[in-house]
Formats: sequence, structure tokens, C-alpha cells
Amino acid sequence: MGNLPYLPHTEADIRAMLEKIGVKKLEDLYSDVPSEFLKKGAYALPEALSEQEIRDYFASLEAMNARLKVFVGQGAYDHYTPAVIPYLCSRSEFLTAYTPYQCEISQGTLRYIFEYQTLMCELTGLDVSNASMYDGPTAAAEAMKMAIACARKKNRVLLSRALLPHVVKVVETYAKFHGVEIGYVSADEGQTSLEALKAELAKEDVAGVIVPSVNRYGIIEDHTGFADAIHAEKGLLVEYCDPSALAVVKTPGEWDADIAVGDGQPLGLPLCYGGPYVGFMTVKKEHMRKMPGRIVGQTQDKQGRRAYVLTLQAREQHIKREKATSNICSNESLMALWVTIYCSLMGPEGLKEVNKISADGAHYLKAELLKTGQFEDVFPDKPFLKEFVLKPKQFPGLMQKKLEEAGFFAALDTEEGYVSFCVTEKRSKEEIDRLVKVVKEG
Amino acid sequence: MKYYDKLIFELSKEGRCGYSLPMNKFPAAPEVPQQLRRQAPARLPEVAEPDVVRHYTNLSQMNFGVDTGFYPLGSCTMKYNPKINEEMAALPGFAGLHPLMHAGLTKGALKVYQEMNKALAAITGMYTFTFDPCAGAHGELTGLMIMRTYHMLRGDMARTKVIVPDSAHGTNPASAAVCGLEVVEVKSLENGRIDVEALKPLLGPDIAGIMMTNPNTLGLFETEIKTIAKLVHDAGGLLYYDGANMNPLMGVVRPGDMGFDIMHLNLHKTFSTPHGGGGPGSGPVGVAKHLEDCIPDLRVSGFHGNFGVILRAYAYILALGKDHLKQVGQYAVLSANYIKECLKDVYKLPIEGVCKHEFVFDGLINDGAHDDVPGATTLDVAKRLLDYGFHAPTIYFPLLFHQALMIEPTETESKETIDTFIGVMRTIAAEAARDPNILHDAPHNAPITRPDETMAARNPILKYEW
Repeated sequence: MGNLPYLPHTEADIRAMLEKIGVKKLEDLYSDVPSEFLKKGAYALPEALSEQEIRDYFASLEAMNARLKVFVGQGAYDHYTPAVIPYLCSRSEFLTAYTPYQCEISQGTLRYIFEYQTLMCELTGLDVSNASMYDGPTAAAEAMKMAIACARKKNRVLLSRALLPHVVKVVETYAKFHGVEIGYVSADEGQTSLEALKAELAKEDVAGVIVPSVNRYGIIEDHTGFADAIHAEKGLLVEYCDPSALAVVKTPGEWDADIAVGDGQPLGLPLCYGGPYVGFMTVKKEHMRKMPGRIVGQTQDKQGRRAYVLTLQAREQHIKREKATSNICSNESLMALWVTIYCSLMGPEGLKEVNKISADGAHYLKAELLKTGQFEDVFPDKPFLKEFVLKPKQFPGLMQKKLEEAGFFAALDTEEGYVSFCVTEKRSKEEIDRLVKVVKEG
Repeated sequence: MKYYDKLIFELSKEGRCGYSLPMNKFPAAPEVPQQLRRQAPARLPEVAEPDVVRHYTNLSQMNFGVDTGFYPLGSCTMKYNPKINEEMAALPGFAGLHPLMHAGLTKGALKVYQEMNKALAAITGMYTFTFDPCAGAHGELTGLMIMRTYHMLRGDMARTKVIVPDSAHGTNPASAAVCGLEVVEVKSLENGRIDVEALKPLLGPDIAGIMMTNPNTLGLFETEIKTIAKLVHDAGGLLYYDGANMNPLMGVVRPGDMGFDIMHLNLHKTFSTPHGGGGPGSGPVGVAKHLEDCIPDLRVSGFHGNFGVILRAYAYILALGKDHLKQVGQYAVLSANYIKECLKDVYKLPIEGVCKHEFVFDGLINDGAHDDVPGATTLDVAKRLLDYGFHAPTIYFPLLFHQALMIEPTETESKETIDTFIGVMRTIAAEAARDPNILHDAPHNAPITRPDETMAARNPILKYEW
């Protein structure tokens, strides 16, 4: 076994460096560590593997995973990734850079973040975007904190029951430790109830309300009257969105929302077992200085040329420490680049077409599944795009198993006793027909 | 690096297409009802594929990464990012997994988590890890949630304060505040270590614990850690370890053995995954056995954390094995001490003695100030380094010194690279002594000169307007 190829030190190098430092051996560099804390004996780790052995081992791990056609969404959508994106994102000038602290040699990163911010503002119809967040659910949790910070004395944030379950759980976790009270707005008819919302707002303690643009049942929500009711109580309206769907459904800006958050994953990011994804947040201009995370701004260099820098840093942890708007430091910069390139390639027409093919496929699948007689429609009159739920007439366990055996991940159980389906442009009519056949033959 | 001025929106031309989608073979679904439909179309760029590729390639050429050159950014551990890690993370059998697939469908992925858990426990001396946090600060927040949960489960509700040294990373106090904890600062001694006598009076029934980095942000080992651990534990508090500075301890010292109860690791620092221009990272949190029950109710990210990053770190750990672990820690410390010894006659070294993976200079010994010409600052030194093809060190942090210049070389730089860097740092010191204006105007060779940051903040332009 040779040296680890990532370590360039030769014996001669080590000797020369030790000599300059004035110590005899490497162990002497730890002379300040109390000897009882120096690890004795071997570490409980396997022996080092060569590169080919790592490949072989990962191949064996990969083979333990199922390879299924994905017909489930619920916050992670199997949209197509153009070949250009991984190719460009793996350029090491992007991949191996740090946060752009030295702006003079980071204009590449700063420029694509500026483009990303512009794209997110366009999609959501709001004024200001930050440079990205960890994922959709944490972006929602940050929006909750922001609503509290803007409201001063009020300490309750309402969550729609129609938000995706993983979003609710993360917001609840943050709220518990941040000392925020959480209330809920029912969604019994498949959409967040305006009446229930007004009843909660009447308690006069609501700092903000988080509602889904397209909800956990796949239904496009109607938020007519929401913003007025919430603003009348001086609360903030937060829309949780699928950014891909925003190419065709009413935007947070058009609903007069104050904050838009969501996960950028549907914009061409691989499923990758849940991450890395990228959270986004855009806000109305008046909330700009309360926004968490990094923000890139345009300015000029000494020659008067367009230049980009991290700006409005007085909000951030390295300046404000415990008084910062958030503890966020790293975000998901490379995934923001991914999303930026995706939107550039797709353009307005491509993104609409992705929605059209997905929605047409989903409506076809739903109609065909209903024809099998094994499901009841739950929300027959509600408009949806790529995702929908059905109520199985029998316990769905056996059907799910059969679907898996036939190569499909579909009919995911929901908390309400429904099963959830999703169709993206990656799913062909032939695949859908095969899936329906499996269901029909039970 | 050359200046390139375009934004993608400026390349757009109506009718250009950069996508390829399958023919739609489905019957048309009902249209989205008018009142739910987007009114104004999203103004995304319309560009062809070659335009996109050339644009982002040009942007990349205005960027500096670890693969471009030496990146001695203190506290950021900019080590080489092995390419096999990228290949493994892109395998379709992992990249195609839906996060809500049940355990029977994701056995390979779950095995990665189990093996990573075992490996990180072995390396750190902790009992078990959660992999949900997506970054270091996210890990801190999660760790503090665990700390609070521990006290709450014991019915000890009064513990609402956390002690943070004045040398700590800015994320420490910020994470504490987000977690609903009040921050109490403890001062450092002249020798850069925590003042144990100043700590004692802070410890009481309202203290949830202490957040520490060891080695601390000056790169110095906290030699009184045993005493500190005993004091904090005796007062009913817990010890949190900020793993941003774990690299020098690899294969030599384990935080768990020093008495730490909770810690996070930055897989994007110590475990070689790329920083991606500021994420994605991964910040798994480890706990000692008595805190195992405090994790389950916490949901701090959507699914299972940044799996793609965890895969990369796992490939790295397999390459290290038990055979190379110690070399990582030792060589990182060797390189830092070597640079310190080679430069301390021209840059102020505020605290003598052996350092760990990084150290801090307090600016130039001779900054060249004369008559009306102000001396060269740490910012000037940093900007001048860019001209010579190096990334700058971390500057003006930690806050203990006015001209802090924090250098962390990592174990993956050769002696030749380090010697070249030392030579350049000496050249810059000589330039400053001779004519600090050379430094005030730097960088001269970067794609842009120094931008006007005040203008950016006063008149924020945060998106393209057209």
C-alpha cells in the first residue's frame, strides 16, 4: 500500500518542516494536549480501500437499493435533469470554491447567485430573494421566525393543515425551541379554509400564516381574501410553493403574499434520497432587512465596471452574532447554480411545457385508476397539476407490494388514509398503462 | 482570469430554446381555472444550449477554487476534494432514490448511514450521530436543541443560558439565540485560552451548557479542558463541541474522550466534500450515550439531510481507513506550524507556542506607514495575495485582534506550494515596508478591482432590472 494520494508529504518534507519548527517528531506537535487525551490504540475503522475497491464497494451498496419508476411526489419530484447541468456544476471553479468572501476572485459565484435571485423573484412575483437556504422546510421555518420578528409582540404563527407533512414537522421543531406558538388552519375540503383562517385571526395574536400554493393533495389552492384578512390583523402571508408550478399557477406576488418560500428541488434537482436540495425565500421589499441568509448585490469596481458583492451583511451572524436575523452561514450555493442553469435552459415555454405534460399525464393516470373501480375520488372538483390523492377501497398494502415488484414506486400512504400519486414529464404513457394494469389485475 | 460582463438575461432572444422534452401523448387535461392561473408570464431567459454552456463556463473562469490554487482560509479547512467522491455520489442507484421510499427499498442507502455512524463515532468518541443537519450552523442549532431537550426531559426548565467564549465562531451565539438560549460570554486569557477563573462564577442552575471549539479559533488547544469539563458537568451543564476545527484532531484526539457531550462535524471541512461556493454542506451531530434519547423528536430538515454530501464523505472515510487517519491530523498541524515559524519575523504573532491546524497573525510588523501614507492593513495583505495567485486567509476574525489574519493550510498542500506561499507573504511584507500604496490598490490582476461595497449596501440592487 502506498501513501494516500491526497497527501503530498514525503519523508524528507516532513523532516525539513519539523526541523524549521524546532521539534523532533510529529507527535511533539501535540505536546500541549494532556497525554490522557491522546488516543491510544487503533481506531475502530476498516482498513483503507484503494480507489477501485471503493468503486466496487459502492457498486455493491447501490445494488442493494431498488430501482423503481417514481410515481410519488410529496415534496420531492422526479423531473428531468438536462445533461448540461451536472456537466457545468461539476466545473471545479464552481464546485471547489468557498463562500464568495473575496469578491474579486469570486465573480463567477456572485454573478450566478445574482441571476438566481432574479429568477426566484420572477417565479414568485416578489421583490427580493436571498442567496438560498438549506431546503424548503427550513425556509418555511425561517419565514416563521421572520413573521415573529416583524410582528414584535405577537407570538403565534398559523400553519395550514394542507401543507406537506415534512414542512409542518420542521416548522414545529423550530417553533418549539424558538418559543413560538403554532396554530392550525383546517383544510377539510381539500383546501385551506378561509373561514377557519378568519376564526383564528380573530384571536388577534397571529404574526403570520403559512399556506401552500399547491398543497399536499396536489390541489391548486384559491387564496382569494387571504391576504386582506391577514393584513387586516397586521400579520404576514407566507406562501409555500413548488417553484416549477409557479410557471402556470398564480404567484405569491399575485396573491399579495409578503413572503414566498419553498424547495427548488422540482427545478431539475435529482431525488438523491432527499438532499442536497435548495430552499428559496423571496419577500416584499419592505421586509428586506429582516430577511435571513446571504444576499448578493450589484455595485461597481474602481474602474466603474459592474461588480457583485455579498451585501446587507449587517443582518448576519458574523457581524451581529446573537442578534442576527438567523444563524445560517453556508446555504446551498451549488444547488442554486443548478436551479439557475435549469431555468435558463427551460425558459418560460419549457417550464410551461413541463407542467403541461406532467398535468396531462397525471389527469390521465387518475382517470385510468378510477376506471379500475378500486379507488374513490376524494376531491373530484378541485383543480390539480401533477399530483393527486385517491381513497383506496381496500387496504392498499398488497397493491403497493405488487407495484413495487412490477418496478413502480406509487400509491404512497398519507396520514388521512389516502394514497398519493404523482406524474412528471419523465413518465411515459406506456409506463402509466403498465402501472394501471398492475392495479387492475390486483 | 478575465473579466466577463454578461448576465444570462442579456443573452435572451425571443424564440430561442434550450430544452428538449418528449412529445406529449396524453389527452389534454382541463386548463387551470382563470382565477388560479398565473397572470404575467415569468420572464425567464430564452437561450440555446451552446449559449448557456459558454455563459457559465465564462462565469466559472472568474472564480477561484481549491482546484485552482492554495486556499489558506482559516477555520474553513479548504482541503482537496477527491474526485472519486463525486463519481460515487452521482451513481444512479443513489441519485434516483425517492426520500419517502420505505426501508426495504433503500437498503444500500441505509447501510451508508449505519456505516457512517459507526465511523464517525469511532473517530470522535461519540455514541451516535444524526445526519439531518445540512450545514455546520444547522448542526449547532440541532445540537443545542438536543441540549435543551436533555434538560427539559429531566424537568430542569431553568437552564436557559449557554456560555460562549469571546473567540467563538459567529454562528455559535446566533445558533443559541435561534434555539431560544441566552448567550453568556466568557473571556479569553492573554494566552488565548478560556479564562477558567472567569468561567467559575458564570456556572449556576441557569446554565444549559457551554459551546467550545477545541482547538479554538486561534488554533490553540484548550489545555484546561479537563478542568472546564468537570466544572460544567458539576454545575449540571453539558459541553458542546463545535467541530469546525476537528481536522487537527483526526487520528490523535477524540472530543468524546475530552468530556464533550454533543458535537457537530462539518463534512464539507474535515471530510473533504466540496464547499460548492457556499453549500451544500452537511453537519451531522453526535451525542454521548446518555443523550441518545434526546434526538428522536427533532426534525430539522425535510428528509434525511444532505445524502449526496454524506455519500462523498463516506467515500473519503473508506479511502482514509484506520491507516491514514492520523496523517490527516498530523500533517495539517505540521503545515500550520511550519508557516507560522517561517513568517513570524515579518507578521505579528500575538501568542507564541505550538498551534494546531491554524494560527492567527495580528497584521504586519512593519506596515510601512509614513508621513501621510497609511500603513498596509490586513485587508491590503489579503487583496495583494490575490495578485500572486493565492486565495486570502480569513481576515478580521477572530475578533480578539484588530488585524487578525487567520491561516489554515490543511494537509493536502505540498511543501513546495507552502514555500511559494511563504515567499509571497514575505514579498508582500517587503512591499508594504517599501510602499504600502502597492497594497492599498490591490488586487491589480483579478477580473475586477475592489468594488464599492458601501454603494452596494446603501442603494441595494439585488436583481436584474429590465
